[in-house]
Amino acid sequence: MLAIGLGHYLTVAAILFALGLFGIFLNRKNVIVILMSIELMLLAVTINLVAFSAELNDLVGQIFALFVLTVAAAETAVGLAVLVVYFRNRGSIAVEDVNLMKG
Amino acid sequence: MIVQALAFYLFAFVTVTSGVMVISARNPVHSVLFLIAAFFSAAGLFVLLGAEFLAMILIVVYVGAVAVLFMFVVMMLDINFTELRQGFLQYLPIGGLIGLVLLVELLVVVGGWALAPEAAHSGAAPMPPPGILPNTHALGELLYTRYVYLFQAAGVVLLVAMIGAIVLTHRQREGVRRQKISDQLKRRAEDSVEVRDVPTGKGI
Repeated sequence: MLAIGLGHYLTVAAILFALGLFGIFLNRKNVIVILMSIELMLLAVTINLVAFSAELNDLVGQIFALFVLTVAAAETAVGLAVLVVYFRNRGSIAVEDVNLMKG
Repeated sequence: MIVQALAFYLFAFVTVTSGVMVISARNPVHSVLFLIAAFFSAAGLFVLLGAEFLAMILIVVYVGAVAVLFMFVVMMLDINFTELRQGFLQYLPIGGLIGLVLLVELLVVVGGWALAPEAAHSGAAPMPPPGILPNTHALGELLYTRYVYLFQAAGVVLLVAMIGAIVLTHRQREGVRRQKISDQLKRRAEDSVEVRDVPTGKGI
């Protein structure tokens, strides 16, 4: 219990990942919270990578986590830009209104 | 040992609780604040794991940029959030079920799985002991040598994201007077000054 090992970190990451997935279902209408849930899932993945990096004594995991952070930041920027444009056009951010491309 | 365990449980508890609050808070501004708390405590977990550089990057990039961007968008858009909350409970059972199934599966994998003994020695880039080379130094030596192309590719990804965000959100608004320097420079005397022959005693 007091010896913190790889399993503890993986458990935290698993809980965080499940929370992120749950948040996507829970806030089906609010795109901002969906984006935040995706951030939570990416954070869980990063925790996994760093935990394995520390356990295996291998720096490559941390390098990869760095790239995951980069991609997550880019994804957030573009996602929020799309959101702003969508709000400007429709006056709402509800996901269910996104049906313009439906034939 | 005890201190490390206590710190781990503290950070893990704060991370998970903040994660719960992110997805369940009524006000999206609160969601963003709890997201910041989650990132902070995840940075604490990274420090416990010996990845100080990533911890600091997490705080700088996420708390300093991403969370503030979220906050900015939440506050800039005039959204009726109570309307968005309708049907909140409609997806609770199916979402909870799927989340729970995923969590149980992940925990079963974590619980019933062991590292192969030879895996600890097959690392591609063994971590130097922290007394000899600090984490940041070791990371930089690896990132700028073996992974320099990936590093450049990450820069390209960020550039494309930046250009994409600007192209998406930039717009030409009607009725806004802007200074157009090229128009000003193109202006010639013959276009704007007219010589008129005014008869005496009359106006133009």
